[in-house]
Order: sequence, then C-alpha cells, then structure tokens
Amino acid sequence: MLIPPAEGSPFGPATYLWLLAVPLLPLAAWMLQATIGRFLPRQGDWLPTGAMAVAAAIAIYWCVQVFRLHDPDFLLSTARDGYGWRFLYSGQAPGGALGGFSGGILYDNLAAILLAMVALVSFLVHLFSVGYMHGDSRYNVFFSNLPLFTFAMLALVLSDNLLFFFVFWEIMGLCSYLLIGHLALDKKEPRMSAAWASLKAFMTTRIGDVALFLGMCAVWAKFGTLSFHELYSRVAEVTDNGQSWPLWLTVAGLLMFGGSVGKSAQFPLHVWLPDAMEGPTPVSAMIHAATMVAAGVYLAGRVILLCSPDAQLVMACVGGFTALFAATIGMAAFDIKKVLAYSTISQLGYMICAIGVGGVAAGLFHVITHAFFKACLFLGSGSVIHGCHHEQDMRHMGGLRRRMKITYLTMLVSTLAIAGVPLFAGFYSKDAIIAATLEKKMTLGAGDAWLWALPFFFLILSAVLTAFYMFRLIHMTFHGQARSHHAEHAHESPASMTIPLIVLAALAIFGGRFWPADPAHALSGGREPWFLELVHDPKLENWNPQAIEAAGGWSQVGARGAVAHDAGHAEEHGAVAHAAHSQAMLFSILAAGLGILLSYVVYQWRLIDPARVARALGGFYTLVYNKYGFDELYHATVIRGTMLWSQFLSAFDARVIDGIANGIGRLMSRVAGFSAAYDRVVVDGAVNWLAESTSAAGQSLRRVQTGRIQQYAYFTFAGAVVLAVIVLLDLF
Amino acid sequence: MEQYLLTLITFLPALGMLVILALPGTAVHAIRWCAALFTGAVLALSTWLYFWGFDPASPGMQFTEQHDWIPSFHIQYYMGVDGLSLPLVFLSALIHFVAVFSSWNISKSVKGYFALLLLLEVGVTGVFLALDFFLFYVFWEIMLLPMYFLIGIWGGPRREYAAIKFFLFTLAGSVLMLVALVALYLKSGAGGIDPSFNLLALRELAAGWAQDPSTFLGMKFTTWIFWFLFIGFAIKIPVFPFHTWLPDAHVEAPTPISVILAGILLKLGAYGMMRVNFPLAPDAFNTFRDTLAVLGTINIVYGAYVAMGQTDFKRVVAYSSVSHMGYFLLGAAAMTSHGLNGANLQLFTHGTSSAMLFLIVGVVYDRAHHRDLNDFGGLGQRMPYYLGLSTIGIFAALGLPGLSGFIAEAATLLGAYERYPLLVLISTLGIIMTAAFLLYALQRVFLGKLPEKYAGFRDLSGREAFCLSVFAVWCILVGVLPTVVLNKMAPSLESWRTNMELAIRTATGG
Repeated sequence: MLIPPAEGSPFGPATYLWLLAVPLLPLAAWMLQATIGRFLPRQGDWLPTGAMAVAAAIAIYWCVQVFRLHDPDFLLSTARDGYGWRFLYSGQAPGGALGGFSGGILYDNLAAILLAMVALVSFLVHLFSVGYMHGDSRYNVFFSNLPLFTFAMLALVLSDNLLFFFVFWEIMGLCSYLLIGHLALDKKEPRMSAAWASLKAFMTTRIGDVALFLGMCAVWAKFGTLSFHELYSRVAEVTDNGQSWPLWLTVAGLLMFGGSVGKSAQFPLHVWLPDAMEGPTPVSAMIHAATMVAAGVYLAGRVILLCSPDAQLVMACVGGFTALFAATIGMAAFDIKKVLAYSTISQLGYMICAIGVGGVAAGLFHVITHAFFKACLFLGSGSVIHGCHHEQDMRHMGGLRRRMKITYLTMLVSTLAIAGVPLFAGFYSKDAIIAATLEKKMTLGAGDAWLWALPFFFLILSAVLTAFYMFRLIHMTFHGQARSHHAEHAHESPASMTIPLIVLAALAIFGGRFWPADPAHALSGGREPWFLELVHDPKLENWNPQAIEAAGGWSQVGARGAVAHDAGHAEEHGAVAHAAHSQAMLFSILAAGLGILLSYVVYQWRLIDPARVARALGGFYTLVYNKYGFDELYHATVIRGTMLWSQFLSAFDARVIDGIANGIGRLMSRVAGFSAAYDRVVVDGAVNWLAESTSAAGQSLRRVQTGRIQQYAYFTFAGAVVLAVIVLLDLF
Repeated sequence: MEQYLLTLITFLPALGMLVILALPGTAVHAIRWCAALFTGAVLALSTWLYFWGFDPASPGMQFTEQHDWIPSFHIQYYMGVDGLSLPLVFLSALIHFVAVFSSWNISKSVKGYFALLLLLEVGVTGVFLALDFFLFYVFWEIMLLPMYFLIGIWGGPRREYAAIKFFLFTLAGSVLMLVALVALYLKSGAGGIDPSFNLLALRELAAGWAQDPSTFLGMKFTTWIFWFLFIGFAIKIPVFPFHTWLPDAHVEAPTPISVILAGILLKLGAYGMMRVNFPLAPDAFNTFRDTLAVLGTINIVYGAYVAMGQTDFKRVVAYSSVSHMGYFLLGAAAMTSHGLNGANLQLFTHGTSSAMLFLIVGVVYDRAHHRDLNDFGGLGQRMPYYLGLSTIGIFAALGLPGLSGFIAEAATLLGAYERYPLLVLISTLGIIMTAAFLLYALQRVFLGKLPEKYAGFRDLSGREAFCLSVFAVWCILVGVLPTVVLNKMAPSLESWRTNMELAIRTATGG
C-alpha cells in the first residue's frame, strides 16, 4: 500500500532511492579505494572525498525539504509503503511463513537532521585529512577505511529495525578498530600503543554490544519483531501506555542501554575513548563527532520508549555522573587531545542524561550541536599538532594565537559554544538539557524521588567545570608566551585544513538557532530552537494501536497529539516547564560565566597558581590525574582475571581432560594385550586364519609406525558391541 | 544424467583415485592436476545442483536413487539430497577442491597423498547423501581410514600420537553407532514387518518405540539409542569432554588436512545428529535437550577460554572450532525456527571461516616453520595482502556483521533465547572471548615492529591468495545475502521441526 505523494510534495518513492544513495556512495568509494586505490593518482584520496561531497549534498537537500515541510510528525517508512529487504529468508515454507526479518528505511525529522549532519561533518573530515594525512605511509588504506566508517553510520541512521542497526553498529566497531590502529602498521614507525588502543576500543565496546544484543534477544523472544515502530506499539500495549512495566522489560531496556554505554563511552565503559586518541586526529574527529559516540546516543533516543521509568532513572544517573566524572579528569589533563576526549565523554553524559530524564529531543539536539563544535575542536587540535610538529602536550605550547590565527579563532568560537555561552550553538542544546533535568525534578516533587534531583546537580556542576577546562585549553595553547621550540616555530595549516575549520566554526555559532525569519513567529519572539520545533519528545501513547485506531489512523495521530498538547500540557505541565526553562537558563549562564571567570583568574591573570592548588589537593589530585585509576583497576581485575582463568582452563584441558583420554587409552591397550594373548593361547586353528589376516593388516599399519593398539581396541569394542546388541534386543 | 547425479558426485573422486593410482608416482604434476580435475568436476556438479538443480521450495528428498544392495539384510543403495544436506555437499566439494590446491607443495609420496584425499571425499560426500543407515555407516568408515593415514604419514612431529588418538576416538564413536545401527535394524522388524535400514522409514517408526515402557538397566530403548548415537556423533563435533583429539589432530595435520578436518569433517557429527540421532529418538531428544543446550554452552565458553590460553597459533584456531561448534548444539536443542536455521547455517559459515583460519596459519607456518604467537610480529608490514585476507577471515570468525559468522550466531542466539535465556547470556561470554583471542592473535602476528629474521618473507603467492579468496568470497556473500544459504535449507528445516514436534507429541502421548 504505497501512499501516493501529496500534490506538490517532493517526497515520493524516488526519495528512498536518493536516501539509499547517501550511504551507498561512501560504500562504493570504499570498495574502489580498497581494491584499486593505490594505483589511482594521489592514491585515490579524491574518490572518497568526492563521493562524500555528493552524499552530503543529497543528504542536505532532503534535509532542507524536511525543514520546508516543517511537520513534527513527518515520517517516511519503507515498511509503511510496502518496500523492504527480506534479510534472512525470502521464501515461504509450506505450512507457514518463515519469521524472517524485513528491514528498510526509516526517515523522520530526526533521521533527516542526523543524516545531513553526519554526511557533512564526515565530508569535512575527509577534506581535512587530505592535508593532515599527507605523507602517511598508508595514505590509501586510511582513505579506504574512512568512507566505510561513514557508510556504517549513515546506514545506521536510516535503519528502521534493531537488527540492521546492530549490523551497522558493529561495522562501525570494525572501522574504529582499523582506524585507531592505523599507526600500528606505519611503515616508518609502527606504534604498538596504537594496536593496544584499538584492541581496547574494540573489546570495551563489544561488551556493550553484547548487552545490546541480549536486549534484542529479549524483545525478540517476547514480541517477535525488531522493527522500531512495531516494538513501540507492542510496548505500548504490554505496558498499558507506560503505566505498568514488567521487570523483564526493564532488564531488556537496561541491556539495550548497555550498548549506548559502550559506544558512547559512559561510565564504567568510558576507558576506551581517551586511548582512541592513538588514531590520527581526523579519526578522533570522526569518532567524537559524527560517528561512534553519536550512534550510542541515537540508539538511546530510538529505544527510550522501550525503557521503563527505572531504566530511565539509571540512564539519567549514569549520564549525569559520567558528565561530572569525566569533566574532573579533563581539568587535570595536559595532552590537548586527552582534554578534548574527556570533554566528549562529559558531553555525552549530558546527552544520555537528557534522554534519561525525558528530554529526548534536547539530548539529540546536543548530539547535533556537539558534532559541529567538537569536530571543529578536534580538527583544530589536529591543526595545532600539525603546526607544532606533532607536539601534543599543552605545557609545551602557548602563544599560538599570533601564528595560527584561523585555528585560534575557530577553536575559540567552538570553545564558547561548548562552554554554553549564549548565542552560540551549544548554549541552546545544553540549556534545553538542563531545563529537562530541572523539569523532571519539579514534576516529580521533592519526596521519594530525590534521586531525580541528582542529574540536575551533576550537570550544573559539570557545566562550570566544562567552561573552566575548555578555557584552560585555550589559555595554555594559544595565549601567553611560547614555551617550546616547536611552539615558537608553529605555522598555520594549509587551506584544505582551515576550510573545514571555518565551516564548522560557522555551524558552531549558528547551529543552535538558524531559522530564517518566520513572519508567523516574528512577533511572538518566543520561538524554540529549530531542532526542538522539528523533533519532539516521543510519547509511548502515540504508538498504542487501540489509541491510534480510535484517533482514526496514523495521519490523525499528530493532530490528536496536538490536541492533547493544547489541553493538558498548556495548563499544568506547561507552567512547570516554563518555570524550569527560565530557571535553567539562569543557572546555565551563571555556570558558564563562573567557569570562564575562574579560568581567567587562574591562567590569564595568574591570581592563583594551579600547581599550588594541585599540591593542596594532594592525593585527590593524583587520583584525578591518574583518571581515578580505572585502567589499572580493570587491568588488575578483569584482564588479569580473564588471563589467569583461561590459563587455568588450558592447564585443566591438557592435564585432566586429556589425561583421562590418555589413561583410558593405556588401559585399553593393556586389556587388548591380554585379550590378544588369550587369543593366541586358547583359540586354535579354526581362528588362525583370522589371526593371520589381522597380522597382515597389522603389517600394513606397522609401516607407518603406529603399533597395533587400534586393532586390539577394535576387537575389544566389537566384542562389546555384539554382546550389547544381543542383551539389548533380548530385553526389549 | 540427473537420475545418477548424486552417485556421480559421490564416486567421481573414487574414479579419480583409480586414475591417480594408475599414474606413475614420479608424475607429480599429472597427479596434482588429476586431483584438481576430479575435485573440480565434483565442485562443478555440486554448484549446478546447489544453484540450479535443487528446488528450494520443496522440503523433501530430491534426486533420490534407490536400489537394492544386499536384499537379504534389506540394505539399500539409497541416496537423496534435501535442504539439510545440500549446503554441506556443496561445502564439501568446495573445501576438497581448495584443499587440493593448498596441497600443491606436499612433496612426500604425492601419489598416495592425493589418492587418499580423493577417497576421503568419497566418504564425506557419501555420508551427507546416504539415506540408508547401513550405507551411511559404510561411508562413515570409509572416511575414517584416509584421515588416519593423512595425519599419520604427512603430519608434524607428533603425528603418530595424533593419528592414533584421532582414530581411537572416532572408532569409539563408530562402535557406539554400530550398536545402535544393529539394534535399530532388529527393532524395526519387531512388529512383524520387514526390518529396514531406511532412515526415512525408521523415522516414521521412532515415535512408536518411544511409547514402549519396557526398560533395560533403567533406560528405555530410545534413550539407549539416543545416547549411543549422541556420543558417537558428539565425538566428531566434538562436544566437551570428547574434544581433546581435535587440537592434537589439528596441530599435527598438514594445512590442507586441517582445512578439511575443521571445514567439513566436524560437520559430519552435527549432520548425523540432525539426520539420524534426533529423529530416531525424538522423545529422548526432548528429555535431554536441556542437557544438550548446556553442553553446547560449555563448548562455546570453554573453547573460547582455552583458546585464549594457547600460544600455538594452530591450537588457538583449533579451540575456536570447539567454541564455534557449540552454537550448533545450542541452536538445535532450542529447536525454534531461528535456532535451527542458525545452527545449521553455522555449519556452513564455520566451514568457510575455519578453513580460512587454518589456511592463514598454514601461510605463516610455511614461512616461519613455527607457530608460536609470541615470536611473531609486524608481518603486516611485509605482507599486506596476507593481512587483508586474514582480517576478513578473523572478523568472519569472530562474528562481525556483514560477514558470514554473525548471521549464524545471531540467528542461533535469537532463536535459543526463547527457551534458554540464561544459557544465551552465558554464551555471550564466548562471543567476547572469541573476539579477544582472535584479535590478540592478529595483533601478535601482524602489528608492531617487524623482527629482522622475518624481513625476507614474501607476500602471498598466487596459489595461496586463490585458496584464501575462495572462502573470503563466501564469507562476504553469506554475510551480505544470507538468503543464498538460508533459502535452500529453511523449508527442509521447517519440515524437520514440524516432524520432530509431531513425533515428540506422539511419543509423550500429548
């Protein structure tokens, strides 16, 4: 049942083909680059970069069409339109259909925006890499892995079911493994640390992946489907619109959230992301902005409707705690990329926390704005490292402001954005998140729901820290005097690197609020940020089949929701939300201001000496400096335990299991020897013929020096066989 | 020709063996090409059968041939192929064909080697196609001897020990099977009808036997049959704790023999369970399936942990086989649609990926003459093509989506979860450990600095690249389009499941 395109609407069946082209272009680029890339001029770097340019153009074109439609309930779904790819089986079994998986494309506002963001940022990273990776000994391999990474993320964004989602999710794991370990195979200077980092990243995220897979198993076993939309409606049925949640669903929700914890580097699986810095800087930008970590948050956004309130509380607390925890480590780090890595973990904590408290749209909004400024920051740090001849320690930088003007300005803009300074992109999303946490706390009251207050305090505190350590980075890198030879002779990067920086910096400024003036809203002035207008927090009751039927089908759901919005929402809920928003804005501006002020006090005006603070904090500082010792802890427990256990089992296998087998073998050989002697002495001429033929067979085997155990064993067994059969059949 | 197709597929290698035996032992090249020609012909016929000849919509036996062989014992020459055996017949042809090319550098008595290799193929293919239990047993025994000699003569330093161990373990299994064979034959004649070895006919009778309450030493007839057959086949798979012959056999066997062993011989045990063991004792299967699922889980987890503790590259891969074959048992015991499909697909996908892994080990062993993982490093520098193909093989084996292993494992676990959520939870430990030990092995062989002593290594030769690529193509193909295999076997498995459920209901009087 294909829905014909509405009059004048750009969306029709052909849209699916255009959308399909977005992931398939980088896939094709990967295939060509992986096979013939090394023979192409410039080792083929233009091929994936060009493919990404086209893919980004297509994704942005359709995203603009979605903007123009401006319908929060916009949805294109191949399942609804009767298309799909039957993935496991395509036939019908006699006597019943095979329960196969049929997968397809899901393109709603969220997917449209994310697709455009991923394609654009990824294209810019490709462009940046042309300059940054110049002279790498495996340049062509790098440019074949990068588009595969992008392909997986783009395809993941479009997946309409958990199985496909998981497939691309894992392919991304592979790409991160290959790219983080890129330098482990460097022709000149192979780095073993890169190999370990890639192994660590793959294994840590795989723990989360396995949790996600188990969650998939759980919902599949109960519901028999993995399609997002079918799952929503089944959950709406089972839980009576979210009123009563069975325990297994809470567990399943938590397991699926485990996938996000791994991919989005949430506590306690955060340890891989800082080490992922071993990859070349453009890879870090990909992982931290466009792919990997964004996928984890996107997963949380897609499965939040399957999560019970208890699971949501866990999400909110894990996210909030991660935000604060990572921010404290970021304060003490000196490697410029490590600071950024911990800031990513912290910002991801914000997003996860927002989704947990029900501010799903706010959390996903932050994915988009964060992608812009974090990609800019990472590429900027790449530019700095490139300019300083691969110096990464901020203590050996300083004064780069004058030598690297474009890099400085773009990074400054992005830092203002991440710190949450008003009018920059990050402000709007971060403000929405803090408002969401505050709103949750207010609506649930102060009674037994005190746990819901935790996320708000975590996030406010980490907002202060974020502003502080990000400006610390700017001060230490760009301000003051050069503190090393490399920093003195730093140079600005080439245009292929600065152009992506400029584009991303522009998005870091305008990415939060780039609506063109809309006459209908111009007077009211209270217009929400664009993302929040297009993407609403999903509500489970919107998926209840009975409710949908009562409302008169899918097309009416939006209208029904709007009615509910007007009636109930506006009066009670609206008042709380309004209060929360105005308070939150105050809090977040104050937090950002305080953090920036502190950083000036310490690093610009030097009123406080950071070394003295560190000394005063003593053991605590050391603990933070060593990242709370999680690497050591995991090494001592999980890794060492696993190794010891596997060595124990190996010894058990060799000594005990194999020992038993060998023991039985020796015993058999004795018994066989005895029966052979018996054979020789007692049995007379009639059997001699048999003995001779046995001996002849033995001769042939003796040539390969095997002895005769097997024949004896054979006869022993054969005797047992005959006896057993006779006894058996007599008795049955 | 079509009515003799299965006979042709089975016995063409026997003809090839005769031709090779007629050739002079010094005509090494002629012998090799003769083996390639005959295995190639089998592959061509199997390919035709697989893609065009076989009708996937029909769940029943196709291309059947039925003649009396030993009428006095009601033994028939009865061959046929269905969705259960078709992928394995094709896989066998593929693996033997590649094994011939992988054997190109065997220099010790080439004539005997290839003659035995072809005889082995007769036995393996015959087991998959035989529908008469006696015939099945004959093929099963035919396969045993060539394997014994191939390990015992052309193997490594401890080849005699490994060969005898392999032989005795398998023999023990055969003997148990023989007991069951005779017992079933006699039992089938108990009702005043002609006794029979016909597996399809025996299956019809099996549900009736289950209702017989008489016991022997406290166990019912079908229970005895079940365990005799199960242990017989379990040794072949191999199921914990009958697995210790496998690492020794693998380590000592020459590369192509390891490829055949892991690629197809282990599947015989699993196929035997699907074709003979479970259908002939459906009630006992139903009673003990939970035990089977537990054994499967032990295989998955135990195999993976022990693999992690090995330093010999080949032992790592051998234990990974133990781990991977556990999925079959878990999925089959769950007996859900996805569980069964996943379990049987696992046979095919493990066939391709483990064959690849053993070829990978062979490549490095041919150059370094040792397999100590801690003594390698940096080979990726010198051997980029080897690294590329190895990456495909290793990621296929660790179950990366887009490659074959994932589909089988995911379907197995999704299907098994309905019945055994806890066991699925435990088996995921195996998933994590498999990734860990395979990537750790990859890291130790390929990454980092290249030691001076390996600086002279050449990258893959054309022949080696060909062997690896054949399997790599199948790993990718099945990973992207699992329908290529699943569509062939799903209808037969669905009917298998329906029959089993019916038999279980009849047997338990439900």
